[in-house]
Amino acid sequence: MNGTETHTLVATVADHPGVLTRVASLFRRRGFNIASLAVGHSEEPGYSRMTIAVEGSAEEVKQCEKQLYKLVEVVSVRNLTGAPAVTRELAMIKVRVKATERPGLAEITDIFRGEIVDVSKSSMIVQMTGAQSKIDRFLDVITEYPIEEISRTGVIAIARDDVGPRNGRARG
Amino acid sequence: MSAINGQSTNGSTATPKTPRTGGEVVCDAMLAAGVDVIFGMPGGASLPFYDSLYHYQDRIRHVLIRHEQAAGFAANGYARATGKVGVATSTSGPGATNMVTCMANDIMDSVGVVYITGQVARPAIGSDAFQEADVTGISIPITKHSYLVMDVDDLPRVMSEAFHLASTGRPGPVHVDIPKDVFLETTTETAPDQVNLRGYRPSKVGNARMVRKAAEVINAAERPIIMAGHGIDISGAADELLQLATRGSIPVVSTLHGVGTFPETHPLSFGMLGMHGLAYANFSMRQTDCIIGLGTRFDDRAVGKEDEFGPGAKVVHIDIDPAEIGKVLETDVPIVGDLKLTLQKLLPLIESRDRTPWLDQMNGWRRDHPSLKIPDSPDSVLPQEVVRAIYDISGGEARVIADVGQNQMWASQHFWYERPRMFFSAGGLGPMGYALPAAMGVKLADESQDVWCVTGDGGLLINIQEFNTLAAEGINVKVAVLNNAHLGMIRQWQEFFYEGRYMGAFLDNPDFAKVAQAFGLHGVGTSSRDEMHDAIAMAHEYDGPVVLDLHVDRVENVYPMIVPGTGVNSVIEDPR
Repeated sequence: MNGTETHTLVATVADHPGVLTRVASLFRRRGFNIASLAVGHSEEPGYSRMTIAVEGSAEEVKQCEKQLYKLVEVVSVRNLTGAPAVTRELAMIKVRVKATERPGLAEITDIFRGEIVDVSKSSMIVQMTGAQSKIDRFLDVITEYPIEEISRTGVIAIARDDVGPRNGRARG
Repeated sequence: MSAINGQSTNGSTATPKTPRTGGEVVCDAMLAAGVDVIFGMPGGASLPFYDSLYHYQDRIRHVLIRHEQAAGFAANGYARATGKVGVATSTSGPGATNMVTCMANDIMDSVGVVYITGQVARPAIGSDAFQEADVTGISIPITKHSYLVMDVDDLPRVMSEAFHLASTGRPGPVHVDIPKDVFLETTTETAPDQVNLRGYRPSKVGNARMVRKAAEVINAAERPIIMAGHGIDISGAADELLQLATRGSIPVVSTLHGVGTFPETHPLSFGMLGMHGLAYANFSMRQTDCIIGLGTRFDDRAVGKEDEFGPGAKVVHIDIDPAEIGKVLETDVPIVGDLKLTLQKLLPLIESRDRTPWLDQMNGWRRDHPSLKIPDSPDSVLPQEVVRAIYDISGGEARVIADVGQNQMWASQHFWYERPRMFFSAGGLGPMGYALPAAMGVKLADESQDVWCVTGDGGLLINIQEFNTLAAEGINVKVAVLNNAHLGMIRQWQEFFYEGRYMGAFLDNPDFAKVAQAFGLHGVGTSSRDEMHDAIAMAHEYDGPVVLDLHVDRVENVYPMIVPGTGVNSVIEDPR
């Protein structure tokens, strides 16, 4: 049994009422830990894509995938952990800052390629997009500022296609 | 209920474009699925459905049960005995929640039942209306799938999907919740010719390379053993199992639900394994070098402590549910597929082998550990004797439905089941009160078969109201109550593991023969051995339901027993 790590599962599910309840119920019932879950429309009308970050050993997550497959409304499940994939998360962080502190926070935000999306007399809202680790690192760096509120979307992921040999045919 | 019949066709009997009410759509779908008996109780939200049933009563028999839990268990018995889908129906709210135990039971035991529940009318949903409950919310984790039908135009498709899902792949319960006004509205829609569910494609034949590997592993094994599970029955693979065992001279043990999938008087049959399995069945599991698990989920009651279960043995596991493979045991040869089709591919690859030394060893255990010997008991009738008497008097031809607890173990042990679908019991969930209603379903599945309900006194009381259904509908079930005035298994565990501190184990019972008589049934009570035999013979001949209140020894224990938390190395055998 391997150690616990976070796995990224991407599931295509029918866009029916209750499908989120079914998935959530399955995770609770079988004791799988959801680190994050993001749902939205997919490229195909009538189907949604869920990106689920699951904590567990490789065996546990394999069992989790099989159980997900048993749900009639789940069309496919891919484990993108370790596979070539792009994963992103969006975070919005409201930070309490005095006027004099604004340039400092703006500078760090800039280094992390984030954006200041709102400024008030006493706070700024930073929008940060990227891999989860980047957002975590940003939060570690700004610990000197009092953070008022954090809202994170959870990761979404999409597999990269094989680039193929340089002189090969174009990918489909 | 075969897993191989592929995508089911809808058999709507209505001409296309003829408007049908929601209730009629449901009735037509039942007819298309070959369902001729359903079990239920009406209520406000399902009254429009009952109005449709009124017009279908020449084709669909509705059995009015006296508690909705009995509807679900009866539909389970009907499904298991026929191989078709069972149907249970209730109204919204309390009617539906009373069937929750049945859904949980079906999913554990892989039984295809469609539950039709009424729901409050659509405008009232979410308003905490009278008899409203979020039953599809409740049923999600205990059904294979569920629907809340908000548009009557969806209903023809939903009904054909429900019967398809319930009966194919690994069968299971499907819940269809239908608001009162949807039953009443009309639709010209018909079901599609084929069910098309992108997320549901059960496997058929196992992977050919894995099948070849399985044959290599089995052929190379010196001491293989087949563990036959419920999947053999569901897939209709008993003939293939018999061929596999005889061709390879491979002994067979069965799980509780596998009982009867291999003829129990066959020399290669070594009975049921597990917590109350036969000692020799369990001994062989620690010596085997190859476990061939067929349609089993390696349940904890069958396996015990995993590291004492076939230590070092290769594991070949064939099951239709991929999630069962590798769930409990590390598997050397995993095969996902329908058992009948997969065994047909495997059989030609199996070498005919002489395995006399292994069979001699197993027969030695059988000789030295005769787990089925009934001890002398001059002062009381032993419950095992009752089961043996039913076996003798019925010539082994009765269908036996056991309840849960000691009676269930004795009924599995002391009767030799020669075919699948002869022994029925609720193995996974273990709901007391199963046997009496399930026996009604088994009887109505095929009234030419003798049907015996073997129950304890505790379990009988849980659904004793069904005496009324037996009488009113004239359902010819023979009920043998192994009455030991205790929750017997509780008493046994308190004796073994709680130093005899009996708490909540004693039952101050009514006179069940008189209770039966009050319900209009033929009821007989006795504590004598001769009268017990006479009563069973009488019941066997009697044309109608009979209740036998058989006062048996109050403190008899079930042996052998593997202490929970231990493995096959720690079998407690009958000390007598």
